[in-house]
Amino acid sequence: MSNKLEFDRPINELEVKINELKIFSEEKEISLDKEIEVLEERLNRLKREIYENLNPWQKTQIARYVERPSTMDYIKYIFQDFIELHGDREFGDDKAMVGGLAFLNKSPVTLIGHRKGKGIKENVLRNFGMPHPEGYRKVLRLMRQAEKFKRPIISFIDTPGAFPGIGAEERGQGRAIAENLMALSCLKTPIVVVICGEGGSGGALALSVGDRICMLEHAVYSVISPEGCASILWKDSNRAEDAASVLKITAQDLLEFGIIDVIIPEPLGGAHRDYQCTAENIKDVIMNQLKELDKVPVDELIKNRYNKFRKIGEFLEQGK
Amino acid sequence: MLRDFFKKAKSSKYAVLDIPGRAVSPKDEEMIKCGECGEVIYCKEGDLEKHYKVCKKCNYPLKLTAMERLSLILDAGSFVEYDSKMESKNPLNFPEYEDKLVAARESTGLKEAVVTGEGTIENIPLVIGVMDQFFISASMGSVVGEKITRALETAVEKKLPIIIFSASGGARMQEGLLSLMQMAKTSAAVAKLNSSGQLFISVLTNPTTGGVTASFASLGDIIIAEPQALIGFAGPRVIEQTIRQKLPTGFQRAEFQLQHGMVDMIVERKDLRRTLSRLLLMHKRV
Ligand SMILES: [Zn+2]
Repeated sequence: MSNKLEFDRPINELEVKINELKIFSEEKEISLDKEIEVLEERLNRLKREIYENLNPWQKTQIARYVERPSTMDYIKYIFQDFIELHGDREFGDDKAMVGGLAFLNKSPVTLIGHRKGKGIKENVLRNFGMPHPEGYRKVLRLMRQAEKFKRPIISFIDTPGAFPGIGAEERGQGRAIAENLMALSCLKTPIVVVICGEGGSGGALALSVGDRICMLEHAVYSVISPEGCASILWKDSNRAEDAASVLKITAQDLLEFGIIDVIIPEPLGGAHRDYQCTAENIKDVIMNQLKELDKVPVDELIKNRYNKFRKIGEFLEQGK
Repeated sequence: MLRDFFKKAKSSKYAVLDIPGRAVSPKDEEMIKCGECGEVIYCKEGDLEKHYKVCKKCNYPLKLTAMERLSLILDAGSFVEYDSKMESKNPLNFPEYEDKLVAARESTGLKEAVVTGEGTIENIPLVIGVMDQFFISASMGSVVGEKITRALETAVEKKLPIIIFSASGGARMQEGLLSLMQMAKTSAAVAKLNSSGQLFISVLTNPTTGGVTASFASLGDIIIAEPQALIGFAGPRVIEQTIRQKLPTGFQRAEFQLQHGMVDMIVERKDLRRTLSRLLLMHKRV
């Protein structure tokens, strides 16, 4: 692959080397177990060294990485019998957004999420995971349906942001997002949000109002892209690395600010190295959160959700 | 000085606005260039009432400060400010943010980019919020989100209608995700207001964009726009860069939004107070 992550390269090279040795030892029927074991230990050390010290810009790159599992991968690995439901009943079917029904351990749930493509061709079809208003209206329709049938909602977040374009503005991008925010704040069914990739500003937030906000270890969530921030702040989009640091976009930072509730661990070396393991970690967290939320009466659920977002914000107030 | 708009009443802990129609700007006389046609407009004391800071040549409504707006809309002397002491801090230790805040406070005489409170229009009491673009482009950070939310909650508690004049460059980048969350917080407060049955009139002024458009400003029972105001989610420059083509004239202006069904009406500044008072009257509970 040509588009590997730069900081991941030493790990990749070692992985290739170990693989070659394994093949060689098999072919020639010579035992190289000791040598391989030494190298594998070195590989683990290397992964730990790199992945436990990722800076916010590296995390941004992981979050956007084409080989990172997507919403569709998680749907496949975590749920059974997924049935996709299309369209907003008003304008069209936004392919940058997916929604539908599935079983989670035999209980029906409503799934919604951003949908990025895997290669250029699919990404063009999916508009790189950047929804139009009809996308927000489609998921709102499905979420209201979930409320009607008392199904919990699981939301997967992975988008650069809502699409900035002529059609999007003509059809009320701002209003569509605002309506989702308002509706979700008082929807009478449990909502678990999983920020699994790129949480890009208002376009991500529109699906991220819920009772539990969970975030993968190396995902990011930001009010503006690091490139956008750098070009405003320093008139230089090449300083995205610096901007990523000042914006506090990592799961670790956001847990500290009280904006997210749970960090979901990724396998050593990142989610892209083990889809199955990542999906299982997410599933565990979803199951646990739903079990807790299931015990909460609906009125209380809504009140708690309101207060959860109500208390976010830091300011000074004299005399208080 | 602008600060003279806030006359400290002796026995009250609130700052009181006791006009309309006093000084317009920090100077006695002011020259403003019309952002649309380039015409230079002279403003002196008393002119605000006369021409409402609307360009005589092309009818473009020039930026108003929050205080100017309040004085044009509310009954004289009726305004009582809420949360006048609330200030931003720098929760992310974002570079240069504190300097920016200090400069904005000095140049505007305000603590933050929104002024909230209550007052009357034609003796009808209401809660009001006005965003002031002279304060960091009226971007929404924690303080703006909190003050708007409290204003909405106060309208619920006191069973009053609420009018919010929006103008904003969007979410305040310097407060990171805390700013983004203000969109969720204010929208949830509108939901609360809706279930209480109170009226919310959202007035969109030039320019209203980004996170404010994508939250409370688009959620009014009635949405009014000022003529020619730029209203949208994404800024025109971002759109042009993304789609790599020039945008058509009039794109995202109030007239475009009316045509696309996003606002109820466009009202000229000189008619705004009258329109608002009629709407308030129609929603008055007896
Ligand atoms: Zn003009």
